[in-house]
Amino acid sequence: MDYEFLKVIWWVLVGVLLIGFAITDGFDMGVGSLLNVITKDDSERRIMINSIAPHWDGNQVWFITAGGALFAAWPVVYATSFSGFYMAMILTLAALFFRPIGFDYRSKLEGTKWRKNWDWCIGFGSAVPPIIFGVAFGNLLQGVPFQFDEYLRVSYTGSFFALLNPFAILCGLVSLLMLATQGGAWLLMKTDGHLYERVRKSTFITGALTAVLFGLAGIWLAFGIDGYVITSEFDGNSVMTPLMKTAELQSGAWLANYSAVPWLILAPVIGLGGMLLAGIMGAAGRGGLAFLLSSLGIAGIIMTAGGSMFPFLMPSSTFPSMSLTMWDATSSETTLMIMFVVACIFVPIVLSYTVWSYFVMFGRLTKEHIAKNSHSLY
Amino acid sequence: MINEAVVELSRLQFALTAMYHFLFVPLTLGLSFLLAIMESVYVITGKQVYKDMVRFWGKLFGINFALGVTTGLTMEFQFGTNWSYFSHYVGDIFGAPLAIEGLMAFFLESTLVGLFFFGWDRLSKVKHLMVTWLVALGSNLSALWILIANGWMQNPVGSEFNYQTMRMELVDFGALLMNPVAQVKFVHTVSAGYVTGAIFVLVISSYYLLKNRDLAFARRSFAIASAFGLAATLSVILLGDESGYELGEVQRVKLAAVEAEWETHEAPAPFTVIGFPNQELEVTEYALRIPGLMGLIATRSLDEEVIGLKELKEYHRQRIINGIYANQLLAQLRQGSEDPLVKENFDKVKDDLGYGLLVTAFADDINNVTEEQLQMAVDYSIPKVAPLFFAFRLMVASGVLMLLVFAVAFYQNARRRIGQSRTFLKLVMLSLPLPWIGVETGWFVAEYGRQPWAIGEILPVHVAVSDLTTGQIWLSMGLMTALYTVFLIAEMYLMIRFAKQGPSSLHTGRYALEKETDQLKAREV
Repeated sequence: MDYEFLKVIWWVLVGVLLIGFAITDGFDMGVGSLLNVITKDDSERRIMINSIAPHWDGNQVWFITAGGALFAAWPVVYATSFSGFYMAMILTLAALFFRPIGFDYRSKLEGTKWRKNWDWCIGFGSAVPPIIFGVAFGNLLQGVPFQFDEYLRVSYTGSFFALLNPFAILCGLVSLLMLATQGGAWLLMKTDGHLYERVRKSTFITGALTAVLFGLAGIWLAFGIDGYVITSEFDGNSVMTPLMKTAELQSGAWLANYSAVPWLILAPVIGLGGMLLAGIMGAAGRGGLAFLLSSLGIAGIIMTAGGSMFPFLMPSSTFPSMSLTMWDATSSETTLMIMFVVACIFVPIVLSYTVWSYFVMFGRLTKEHIAKNSHSLY
Repeated sequence: MINEAVVELSRLQFALTAMYHFLFVPLTLGLSFLLAIMESVYVITGKQVYKDMVRFWGKLFGINFALGVTTGLTMEFQFGTNWSYFSHYVGDIFGAPLAIEGLMAFFLESTLVGLFFFGWDRLSKVKHLMVTWLVALGSNLSALWILIANGWMQNPVGSEFNYQTMRMELVDFGALLMNPVAQVKFVHTVSAGYVTGAIFVLVISSYYLLKNRDLAFARRSFAIASAFGLAATLSVILLGDESGYELGEVQRVKLAAVEAEWETHEAPAPFTVIGFPNQELEVTEYALRIPGLMGLIATRSLDEEVIGLKELKEYHRQRIINGIYANQLLAQLRQGSEDPLVKENFDKVKDDLGYGLLVTAFADDINNVTEEQLQMAVDYSIPKVAPLFFAFRLMVASGVLMLLVFAVAFYQNARRRIGQSRTFLKLVMLSLPLPWIGVETGWFVAEYGRQPWAIGEILPVHVAVSDLTTGQIWLSMGLMTALYTVFLIAEMYLMIRFAKQGPSSLHTGRYALEKETDQLKAREV
């Protein structure tokens, strides 16, 4: 196994972690985002919260592990993106703070005000991070202003508000809506009665909207946004830093991979089709199928972003040659190899006990169940 | 050039968020183990009271755990947000344990903690017990990987600088895992967590005993906590950090600093019980010393020297001079020099590269360093002594006091006299802050004692920061401090409320306060 191959493997593995994060933590963020939108009373909100109670914490580890994997496999990406998007990242963290505490504390006391406040905190903590992640991807696709000095110290020259451009906001909406669809599909497997009827409606609306906005973003990307290309020769097997190549902005460059690898078109097709069908199946009340389809849709959407940009990870709009790519932003061969072995051992183990935990907690939650276990549930 | 205010603010933000995180982590480590022990007794004896213990202490565990998870999020990402050059410079090594922690430990703990809370009716007794043990195992493995990462910051083994990629790279993964500093730290830290959990249970149980309420429940909790706590405290003290101080330059400096050893004494060195370290004059004023004891503690021998700070600084001076030369050669290599002599000379001095970077805090041009700037770098190469000296003594004092508490508690337990002395119960109540004083001062000694280094001997703190403005950091720190304060208030409120209610909060109908609380609740609703 050579360095070049390991670099590709890690590009795939980071993608897998991101997709894993969006599918799992995505559904509980989706449920959290819908919490104050589709419920009518406290017991409905408790049903929604308890539908994700046993799982949100494990799901969140996908996010934390993705952060760790980024640090280990692409340290310079970890360093550049989080310090560059400083305020956005701090805002994401601040929003995420509200979830663990909100889930655990809101039902510990009976007060209406206490619960209501935590409900808004949970809603905020669940909706804001997906929007920011989408906005971040929207900016990555357009390139962000950063540069390195000769000792690879990075400086970022953009502002927080520059991140909030129209295309990025569109991406933020796609991200929020796709997770709301995922959350809706989850709730279809977990609820009954009036709440279930409302979830059917919301899943249809969010699924269809995701598909439409994703399609719109795709057209915008294809015709309105310039991509980046590497213009120098390089050997993927060699030790590279972001200072060792040249690259430039080129219109239509984000489409180049689709002509080079025609089957890549499956990614946006699955993304759009998956979300649309998830909405339809949701409306039909087929929760399990909707969940499967929206999970596929999420995978398709993330693969579309990653596949369009390949091999770029974080293009620099001010100094395109200093862009971070999966060829020159990686760790050493030793570290990639060790981490690959670790991933091969532990990802299957993690998946197996995760599946087991879902299996154990499978089934619908009712108002009666909540009332009966009022003091042990969230 | 480096903005000093950004460096200081970044350090302050890291210290605040890490110390805040560490208010909750030790209790999670300790309680998860105590829960597993209690549940094991339940499964073996089948007695309901043990199950109630697991559920009640589990409730308090949950309140604490939520904040541990919350504040851990900041820890995972702030290397990138605030320490971007650190992240680039050592991510090749430092990122690996963090990622492995996620995959091996944190997934396990977090996935199964959901089943711990919500799986009682869906799992058999034995399966639930297994889940509880795995949660405890997960939290302890988590600590292991974090301390492997932290141990490497203290004593960076198994890695080498690569001038082409401008970073440290991993060469020996085994050395990273087996880093003796990491091993010692792991045992010391998790034991301190067990002590924290044990004091927590001991104190709250004593409260019920004093209130003469739920005695069977309280006595059993007290008994388990006293035995577990005694063992853990002995482990903290006997397997303490001391044995790690011989390893690596940073640890040697730290040892000399916590002991305020300015001079190298002839072996065996005296131990300074208390005094006032004066950094400028390099003496400890009003010192009370016990001859010979220090050498014995630090080196475990009578003929090995403990090197004093003055001598360490002279040694640093030479390394800084070498380091300046190393940085000059590095500049040539970075500019594309192919001269084999440059490369050869660089390889000879590259271990001192970090020492050369110390000068950059005072000199803009590394090719032009004045004698005065050199002296400033030499003074900068050791931490401030007084805060370490006092923090260390506070830590030791809290440990000794807790040992006394557990020794008496365990004796009472062995003689079946739990709860008979009200005076002792009141004293136990007073011991509640001790573990937190111990762990926070301990953390402070470990991390402040490594200053001025972010990575010992390799990367000074002032080089490690992100390119941010003071405004950005004020904003983030203000936001986090505000939120953390609100969260802490909510946490303390719930913790005190449920601790006061005791097992009655389970609403099983078996405990003292239930009628009372039902009436209260009726009023609230």
